[in-house]
Amino acid sequence: MARAAALGRLTWQPATVAAARVEAATARTLVLDVDGWTGHVPGQHVDVRLTAPDGYTAYRSYSISSAPVPGRLEVTVQAVADGEVSPYLVDVAEPGDQFEIRGPLGGWFVRRPDDPRPALLIGGGSGVAPLMSMVRAATNPSRLLYSVRSPSDALFTAELATTAAAADGRVAVTHVYTRVAPAGWPDPPRRLDTDALARVVWPRDADAVAFVCGPTGFVETAADLLVDIGHDPANIRTERFGPTGG
Amino acid sequence: MGGYVLTADNPITGALAEHGVAMGGYHIGIHRPSGSTGGSGVAAARPHGEGRMAVITRGFGGRRRDNTDLPPGQYRTDDFPVLSAGPTPRIGLDEWELAVVTETGGRSTWSWPEFTALPTDEATVDIHCVTRWSKFDTSWRGVSVDTLLADVETAAEYVVAHSYGGYTTNFPLEDLLDGQAWVAYEFDGEPLAPVHGGPARLLVPHLYFWKSAKWLRALELRLDDQPGFWETAGYHNYGDPWREQRHWAD
Amino acid sequence: MTTTNVGADDTPWVDGNALAGPLGEIIGTDLTVAELTCASCRTTRPLAAMRVFDRAPGLVARCPGCQDVVMRVVRTSSHVLVDLRGSLVLSLPAPTA
Repeated sequence: MARAAALGRLTWQPATVAAARVEAATARTLVLDVDGWTGHVPGQHVDVRLTAPDGYTAYRSYSISSAPVPGRLEVTVQAVADGEVSPYLVDVAEPGDQFEIRGPLGGWFVRRPDDPRPALLIGGGSGVAPLMSMVRAATNPSRLLYSVRSPSDALFTAELATTAAAADGRVAVTHVYTRVAPAGWPDPPRRLDTDALARVVWPRDADAVAFVCGPTGFVETAADLLVDIGHDPANIRTERFGPTGG
Repeated sequence: MGGYVLTADNPITGALAEHGVAMGGYHIGIHRPSGSTGGSGVAAARPHGEGRMAVITRGFGGRRRDNTDLPPGQYRTDDFPVLSAGPTPRIGLDEWELAVVTETGGRSTWSWPEFTALPTDEATVDIHCVTRWSKFDTSWRGVSVDTLLADVETAAEYVVAHSYGGYTTNFPLEDLLDGQAWVAYEFDGEPLAPVHGGPARLLVPHLYFWKSAKWLRALELRLDDQPGFWETAGYHNYGDPWREQRHWAD
Repeated sequence: MTTTNVGADDTPWVDGNALAGPLGEIIGTDLTVAELTCASCRTTRPLAAMRVFDRAPGLVARCPGCQDVVMRVVRTSSHVLVDLRGSLVLSLPAPTA
């Protein structure tokens, strides 16, 4: 039975767009219904394959941004100028449309629900998407540091504010704005730096695990800074994507 | 470990992953259902994966392409996609060197000033990438391989091209002679950009473009054939786009 | 920054995580958690942490330390080839009963 499940997970299966939510000017979340989907581990991704009427196909990988539930998942996609798949997902797909997915995929950049360690989640730009799945599913203390160009580029703003204000205090949220900060923001716009990280990093004896996701340069910088301020390199997991594409 | 072969358990589409990289994800794969019909629209309608019919995605066209004057299974593009199996080597022109090495160890070398002082050709050619894009009427300037080999004594029948960065690709010697191949260092009238193989790359337009090695460092003349980087990993040893010689079995 | 000669205008690469789908489809298990020992510099890392150059005729995984190739994956018309000559050891977690 487990073998059958694995094969289902690793072959292409139809997904139907159930709903779409605009997250920012060039980003959208697609809610996908998939028969037999048994959920995922936060951090995992799916491969999305589009097929034109003449059989031409293209595929990309997208992180799952929703909390795990059977039968349904969400991907949050940033449109890439000159991209081929992302503009379709952000601008064209409508409820009822179908394409194929393969997944959930990846066993390394994942936060398992039974992992008791506190987590530091560091996201750059649309790299926040898999971290959002971890936030939504968090059963253990988590701190999210979200580096984004400007308030209008920020994803999940309202939900993150609600989450951060929740009475249980399980998830703390900090934004770093790199180009434009909101009115009244205490810090000027700046790149992620040691100061910002030092404010959110867990004490050494907390045995925290760090998840870093974003563009390649962002991830390398963040991971190096984490090591510089004493985070155990063995407890840093990264997921990068290239500077262009789509 | 040697390379070993894993049999796939469902019908295979085209090359795994080609040009493009996704934000929030990873790669663009341009997959064409292949097989004997060579990726035509007819072949594309075949079911794939567990016998299921393909899910056609409304409103998705992909980058457009047409099928006139193209080798089988190719699409036309007006872009110049960058394909690379590794990081771009940065070679200063003061340290750059091109070598021709014979089977007896004879070695001819050119520094950049020596190389660019050689007579050049202008070539306007169509190029065909095994990942199924073709680009028409690309213009290059470079030194004919005939010029580089003019004074070389050899009994070799094969050539391995070696690149800065470690890439290799192989040819029958005759495929690089008689005006069929160049070492190019200008594209569209400009110095060849590093991502496209600059300072200088091999240009062998009658074969799939993986044979046109970027960042060329040396041509090694050999008595025996020695498959290169992609040729040892499943790609066709010769690579004629008009016979659609993409993979080992083609 | 770690040592890298990948510049702003350079070939993009992604993490080995991206191999989960293409390899999982043929092997039926998640190889990205497997550890590979680079034949060149002898460093051991999970496949997920290798650098994958995917804008190429196949997928090329390179060691982030020395840049040498540890794995190549090529899909032909009938087979998927996994070339591991750049790796000394491939270590997978044993399945738990």
